[in-house]
Amino acid sequence: MSRELRPNLVALQTIVQREIRRYTRIWPQTLLPPAITMVLYFVIFGSLIGARIGEMDGFSYMDYIVPGLIMMSVITNSYSNVVSSFFSTKFQRSIEELLVSPVSPHVIVVGFALGGITRGLAVAVIVTLLSMFFTDLQVHHLGVTVLVISLTASIFALGGFINAVFARNFDDISIIPTFVLTPLTYLGGVFYSIHLLSPFWQTLSLANPVLHMVNAFRYGILGVSDIRIGVAISFMLVAVALLYLVSVRLLISGRGMRQ
Amino acid sequence: MSTALSIRQLTKTYGNGFQALKGIDLDVAEGDFFALLGPNGAGKSTTIGILSTLVNKSGGTVNVFGHDLDRDPSGLKRCLGVVPQEFNFNQFEKAFDILVTQAGYYGIPAKIAKERAERYLNQLGLWDKRDVSSRMLSGGMKRRLMIARALIHQPRLLILDEPTAGVDIELRRSMWSFLTELNREGITIILTTHYLEEAEQLCRNIGIIDHGQIVKNTSMRELLKQLHVETFLLDLKESQLVAPELGNYPSRLVDHHTLEVQVEKSQGVTELFRLLSAQGIEVLSLRNKTNRLEELFVSLVENNLKVTP
Repeated sequence: MSRELRPNLVALQTIVQREIRRYTRIWPQTLLPPAITMVLYFVIFGSLIGARIGEMDGFSYMDYIVPGLIMMSVITNSYSNVVSSFFSTKFQRSIEELLVSPVSPHVIVVGFALGGITRGLAVAVIVTLLSMFFTDLQVHHLGVTVLVISLTASIFALGGFINAVFARNFDDISIIPTFVLTPLTYLGGVFYSIHLLSPFWQTLSLANPVLHMVNAFRYGILGVSDIRIGVAISFMLVAVALLYLVSVRLLISGRGMRQ
Repeated sequence: MSTALSIRQLTKTYGNGFQALKGIDLDVAEGDFFALLGPNGAGKSTTIGILSTLVNKSGGTVNVFGHDLDRDPSGLKRCLGVVPQEFNFNQFEKAFDILVTQAGYYGIPAKIAKERAERYLNQLGLWDKRDVSSRMLSGGMKRRLMIARALIHQPRLLILDEPTAGVDIELRRSMWSFLTELNREGITIILTTHYLEEAEQLCRNIGIIDHGQIVKNTSMRELLKQLHVETFLLDLKESQLVAPELGNYPSRLVDHHTLEVQVEKSQGVTELFRLLSAQGIEVLSLRNKTNRLEELFVSLVENNLKVTP
């Protein structure tokens, strides 16, 4: 193992462990709320209203929305974990502990992103287990399911990192989730198929990246999708690469961290 | 003896146009205990910020134990431990975890990190507080925690930016002896402080920075030699209504029991006591009016102020 690799692997392990320790220590704020929210979605939209809606794309409404709701919780949690963790590290100036150390910027970005990804996936597991009380899900394509959920968590974890770098106060870390992520998620086919929309809105919906993620994941679980899976996965791979490069670049420049 | 720190023509201009450093040259030898002094806003923290890579320099070179800041920042960082002025650790983490985590950033395996954390927390009197959330620690404990954190990767050069600010006398003295011991073990130390008594007590060499320039870089001994006049306060046994006539010793009464006397180095105090004794004035005690280094520091900075508009 090279002279630089081993210490950087130890540093990576340290950052990831610290991140996991952080969100598990405050589990009533991080892991419990999405579980409660999703149970409410299952009860109200799935059981109560869903029974009157009938089938969608050949599945009961409950079965149809479960993949979307899992993705919604992954998106929200992977993003919010990194944005709040990295911003508080900046806010408390404990980011200086990392900046004065010889940790590679790549390790810092990957470490924080993995923190967000693990939280996103942990919430996904919780929500999936809860969904078992309401429906009997069969996974259509395990590889696609795991790949898509991992890529989605990565995209939003890195997005959260970039948001945290630019944020100057706590208001700045809630603007993007409130005004960008929530509308994109709700309009991203979580609760409906875009085939229900007029051609104009169908075309417009295709510009929504969340739609591709939700549908790719739905394909993995149910085997149905409004979009082409290959395109969606390619788009996600490119997005991860771009967001990663931007994150590393921002960290090296020291924006908001170095004078 | 090799050079621990070498700075050449270091400049820093902030985004608002303020030129904090105007071409600093500074060398610190390995094993030295070096004081970097200067008034507020002189450029001390900017210099330390550049060394620790928290401030981007505008120009010049920085070299720590042969590691160039531009070419080998990782190597430089491994040699360097920094205790900043402000508390900059996670306030919600426990003292022990802060040290082990910091060690992890330097690639130190957890087992070794835990052993070192135990050793430094013990040495700095914080072992009992190892499981206490750092925000619950007193100011002095937080300062010691930052020193322990800076030492966890066993740096060769330790930079302390006002480490005893706001620390009580007793604790300050125990920190002095701890730092002296570290220096004796071979760690090069650079100290900035506003307590000039501290610098005089601990440091062998001194650099004075003002308006972004080094105005003095010499040994403490050489610097103190420049002090020609010392001011003493004499506590008198009997009350005096007027200042006694003391020949070549300028004097004044501070109050009825305290006499202030200026003594040139060449004069000594023997003659002074003879004159006082001849007038039947008994002296209970004698003390410096100000710290010797403080007098020099003020005069150097004032002189620099006259030439720097």
